Amino acid sequence: MSGWRPVADRRRVAQWISVVALVVTAFVTFAPLQAIADGEAVATRLRVKDPETGERNPVPDVRIVVTTPDGEVLGEGTTDAEGVFETPVPAAGTYLVELDPTTLPEGVSLRNPDRVVVEVEVLEGQTGRAIFALVAGDAVQVGEGGGITLRRVAQLTVEGLKLGLFLGMAAIGLSLIFGTTGLVNFSHGEMVTWGMLMAYFFNFYGLAGAFGFMAGWPAPFGAGMNLIFAAVIATAIGAATGYAFDRWIFAPLRRMGASLIAQMVVTIGMSIVIRYMFLFAFRGTPRFFKDYTAQSGLQLGLVEITPKDLITGVLSILILVGVGLFLQMTQLGKAMRAVSDNRDLAESSGIDVQRVIRFVWTAGGALAALGGVFIGLSEQVSWNIGFRILLLIFAGVVLGGLGTAYGALVGSLLVGVGIQVSTLFVPTELKNVGALVVLILALVIRPQGILGRAERIG
Amino acid sequence: MTGIDWGFILNQTLARSLDLNAAVYALAAVGLNVHFGYAGLLNFGQVGFVAVGAYGMGLAITLWQTGPFVAVLMGIGFAVVFALLLGIPTLRLRADYLAIVTIAAAEIVRLLARSTALRDVTRGAEGLNEFIGPFRELNPFNPSLLYGIGPFQYRGSQFFAIVIGWVVTLITLLLVWQLMRSPWGRVVKAIREDEDAARALGKNAYWYKLQALILGGVIGGLAGMVLAIGNATIQPDFFVAPLTFFFWLVLILGGVGRVWSPVVGSVIFWALITFMRNLGRALVTEGLIPTSIMDTSQIDQIQFWIVGIALALLMVFRPQGIFGSREEMALDAR
Repeated sequence: MSGWRPVADRRRVAQWISVVALVVTAFVTFAPLQAIADGEAVATRLRVKDPETGERNPVPDVRIVVTTPDGEVLGEGTTDAEGVFETPVPAAGTYLVELDPTTLPEGVSLRNPDRVVVEVEVLEGQTGRAIFALVAGDAVQVGEGGGITLRRVAQLTVEGLKLGLFLGMAAIGLSLIFGTTGLVNFSHGEMVTWGMLMAYFFNFYGLAGAFGFMAGWPAPFGAGMNLIFAAVIATAIGAATGYAFDRWIFAPLRRMGASLIAQMVVTIGMSIVIRYMFLFAFRGTPRFFKDYTAQSGLQLGLVEITPKDLITGVLSILILVGVGLFLQMTQLGKAMRAVSDNRDLAESSGIDVQRVIRFVWTAGGALAALGGVFIGLSEQVSWNIGFRILLLIFAGVVLGGLGTAYGALVGSLLVGVGIQVSTLFVPTELKNVGALVVLILALVIRPQGILGRAERIG
Repeated sequence: MTGIDWGFILNQTLARSLDLNAAVYALAAVGLNVHFGYAGLLNFGQVGFVAVGAYGMGLAITLWQTGPFVAVLMGIGFAVVFALLLGIPTLRLRADYLAIVTIAAAEIVRLLARSTALRDVTRGAEGLNEFIGPFRELNPFNPSLLYGIGPFQYRGSQFFAIVIGWVVTLITLLLVWQLMRSPWGRVVKAIREDEDAARALGKNAYWYKLQALILGGVIGGLAGMVLAIGNATIQPDFFVAPLTFFFWLVLILGGVGRVWSPVVGSVIFWALITFMRNLGRALVTEGLIPTSIMDTSQIDQIQFWIVGIALALLMVFRPQGIFGSREEMALDAR
């Protein structure tokens, strides 16, 4: 580290923070919104998938109330035979659509019982659509009906493995960044959301969304592109973002000698800024990717799984195995583990620690972004999903052993399965509470984590 | 196009800088100052303590029909239990474990409070309202009159809570000031500076840190109670995670580890935020910022950007705050 000039470095950090802010603001200003030509209205269409036939049946006679954010009622009524309720609104703006869960027919419930109110953005001359995710049967109602059957346990275990794999993709980056630098990256969840939103952006608007001159070009460029290509681009952007974070924010901070606590607060600040920039650009309503949204499940033995979940699950297994092989076999991978294990020893054996750290950030950014695309595909695309799953990632990483790559994976899988299977006993909306219980119990019983080395960490 | 009403903006800026929120943020930041400034504990979930204090007080009245004073004790009790729950597993470990557990726990408190499973207890997303009755009876001010001078005029219903808020803040400030000059405070500060050295001198670092966590948490709980009395409602979605970092910014603005910093920081914070929010609104409604760039509902989102950027920059370049000196600060993760 020759040529170290603290003052110049500080100036550079400030410069780069403002450059990053400007770039994101630029993205914000051209982020267009989905267009559905109609009158200015708010509409919702309630349908629920029949678990036997896989058909999507309309849900009639459910009470819906549309209000302004101030609570002024603009329209209320029940859904018709097609499950549709529509009411005109006076102007473009934000409206709240509330579903009365007590009027849902028997055997139908909200997938997320919390989401009885949906925020809808109505653009000029268009219809804003409120999406309520409904599920059939007792999938949500816990402890009643069905009870604990082998089928449900198997189904929830598979769902949990899926969640655990997606969490694991994000968690490996978080854990390795901690291992190599000692920094807990509280903005890692935003890196997950970033991948999801970038994939959404290219899925709907194609390269023309970013490069205006391509506007008239054919499909992969001018209009939206298939989600597979969008996911590849999003992963690349995630890698670039991870690289940029280290190169222009955290490496200068380390050179300045900023304490880990200061760096941690910086990641918190970044997480807040980035998250609310996402809200600004994307708005609060969760949305879906253009491709592969509605799929009927395949019956595989005891469990039912949609093709997209099967494919993303297998893909993430392949990717994680690839990461494992990379860590075991390649020189860079070994160097990463060495730096994680003992940074000073690694440095004195001639490993370029800064280069390893740069690579860890880049790979962590890519994995988090791709994990985000998978989560967006499996659930929905929303601006704050990253913060919500950050808590689960923490639980997984601490359970497995903070700083270890394989521990992060094992912990994430356990947390994923644990959370899903716990819905047999606790209400679905409280399943994430289980993650915190796991986190605290892990710290009491085995603070170094399952795969962590027993050492004094106090 | 009537032009920007600078008088109104200035008036609002002054009024909000001493309003209920300023008192609540100051009080919550006093708690955070005990945690981070004096004991070096990384509490990233102070909003959880605020929520737990408010709910403890509210539930005591709505569920068990206690009087207001018993209710306040219940709120304090809830905050103590919450601190024990978070502190016992984590305070033997490195500082970042507490940070992870607190940020997670604060969010879990909010999820629990708004869950339909606990609807009979916490009234879900609607929140608690009925608890306010006993406090209304205690209010010596006429709720429909305005109190105060110049720009600092507040309705009687709010004025009561504002007075309580600032009085409680002053009392806790005096308490913290005296405590930190006492032998107890010196041990806590020694642990912040060098835990191993303090342990080598035979001090039980774990126990002292736990006490500091409880003290700061209870002060956070008091902030929640003042907030609940002032707003006459306790709503779970008020207690979102970024709020903790508003408190952090308040603390760092005033200078970490200094007795008066939470008050100074809170007044400055609220003056700045109110000024920017009102100016932004005026610029949008006057058409000086086209609605294609942003509308009025998005102005509040921008305050989060400013808070995040300010937090990061201050922490790196001026952790001692606007007025502090850097010598007091020796921060590092242990």
